[in-house]
Amino acid sequence: MIPAAFEYHRASSLPEVFELLQAHGDDAKLLAGGHSLLPLMKLRLAAPSVIVDISRLSDLAYIREEGDSVKIGALTRHHTVQHSDLLKREVPILPYATSKVGDPQVRHRGTIGGSISHGDPASDLPAVALALGATFTLTGPSGSRQVPASEFFQGFLETALAPDEVLTEISVPKVPSAGWSFQKFNRRAQDWAIVGVAAVVGNGTGNGVALVNMGPTPLRASAVEEALAGGSSAADAAAHASDGLDPPADLNASPEYRRHLAEVLTRRALTEAGAS
Amino acid sequence: MKVSMSVNGVVQDHDVEPRTLLVHYLRDVVGLTGTNIGCDTTSCGACTVLIDGQSAKSCTILAATADGSSITTIEGLAHGDELHPVQAAFREEHGLQCGYCTPGMVMAAVSLIDEHRTPDGGTDLNEAEVREGLEGNLCRCTGYHNIVRAVLSAAGVSLPGPGTHIAATVGGGQS
Ligand SMILES: Cc1cc2nc3c(=O)[nH]c(=O)nc-3n(C[C@H](O)[C@H](O)[C@H](O)COP(=O)(O)OP(=O)(O)OC[C@H]3O[C@@H](n4cnc5c(N)ncnc54)[C@H](O)[C@@H]3O)c2cc1C
Ligand code: FES
Ligand code: FES
Repeated sequence: MIPAAFEYHRASSLPEVFELLQAHGDDAKLLAGGHSLLPLMKLRLAAPSVIVDISRLSDLAYIREEGDSVKIGALTRHHTVQHSDLLKREVPILPYATSKVGDPQVRHRGTIGGSISHGDPASDLPAVALALGATFTLTGPSGSRQVPASEFFQGFLETALAPDEVLTEISVPKVPSAGWSFQKFNRRAQDWAIVGVAAVVGNGTGNGVALVNMGPTPLRASAVEEALAGGSSAADAAAHASDGLDPPADLNASPEYRRHLAEVLTRRALTEAGAS
Repeated sequence: MKVSMSVNGVVQDHDVEPRTLLVHYLRDVVGLTGTNIGCDTTSCGACTVLIDGQSAKSCTILAATADGSSITTIEGLAHGDELHPVQAAFREEHGLQCGYCTPGMVMAAVSLIDEHRTPDGGTDLNEAEVREGLEGNLCRCTGYHNIVRAVLSAAGVSLPGPGTHIAATVGGGQS
């Protein structure tokens, strides 16, 4: 399978990216690790006529501390996140969940920014970002704006990113002493989650619980978070995992099965994270 | 467009269409057909090569993106008649049957072993880590047992005796 023909540009700076995006408008697509976009292009489910390769923007590949948070450049590869000692110490759920993404070859190429920007409800890192209360920096030709994860995922593969914006940074709060758990349920090695749950509890600013593959976007399990805030036990809170949600049906699972999984996995997650 | 990259230590300059995938570039343009195409959907790992030392699935990378990097394919491992230690271990432990997955398995194993080298030149790989570390490579002949033995042997782990089976403990929690 070969993608439809396109014009290729490799950007070496952000201003160059904005120039290319402005010149080509809706026809252009950014390419980071290419591990979501190229499979779609090979299947001809996507056929952009212009590719702007941003994988060499090495200024956007970093992980550094800043006060109470850790800043991660959007072009940081999964492999680097997975092995970051700083993240293992301060935000352990993120490197752990990243180690469950795909396989080593996928993690050598895929980027955290690509994963967040793609906004796939079946992907792992958006849920972790939601549970952590992460903030994203979106940069456009006229400057940057900060968007909380909870406002970023807007529809199926639709995000708050404007056509001329680039996700440049992911900021996650340090939560070294919070309880956490990432539960990913799949049937085969390397697979995407049929359902997944990310939980971060007792981090001082409340509890974050988010779900993978339970609707059209990565989702916060708001009913679970509210039940915990109201003093419910892990089991009672988990019973609300799919409240108000409309999980998808596919070859792997019916909506009913996904609801069941969401409750069981949320209970396991809250228990492992130490929510009482 | 012009792309230039080092393939097995030899600089290659070619004119390709931007949509050329790295695996097609290696096989059809450079003429190195050791890298196989299995699934063509980023699942099987048959097309695994090293890009700047790290394993990657060449069916899911543009040759254009690999421009300027250093690629190693299965043809680049041996020194003349002397097999690379991972190749030698696959032969010794009978880590292949039809051989279709083998180039990708070997390249994935080279990367895995390299990432698990300890500062004293040893390894921290164990059986479970090899099984998990090769999860991106499928063997349709299902000869995983000997593949895992071969990788452990190449990494320098002493092997359990023939017939000994250690159940894989893949997955696990936060520990
Ligand atoms: C076999 C396989 C298994 C996988 N398994 C999993 C899994 O288990 N869990 C999981 O979570 N993911 C999985 N993935 C997806 C993987 O994590 C991808 O790397 C990731 O989703 C996309 O990152 P990328 O850098 O490859 O993005 P790309 O494919 O390059 O881009 C994806 C989309 O985001 C846009 N984009 C990229 N970067 C930016 C940016 N900085 N700003 C604005 N827009 C941007 C692109 O235009 C494109 O639309 C798997 C992929 C494969 C091929
Ligand atoms: S051919 Fe590339 S992963 Fe199967
Ligand atoms: S040896 Fe036949 S596919 Fe692995």
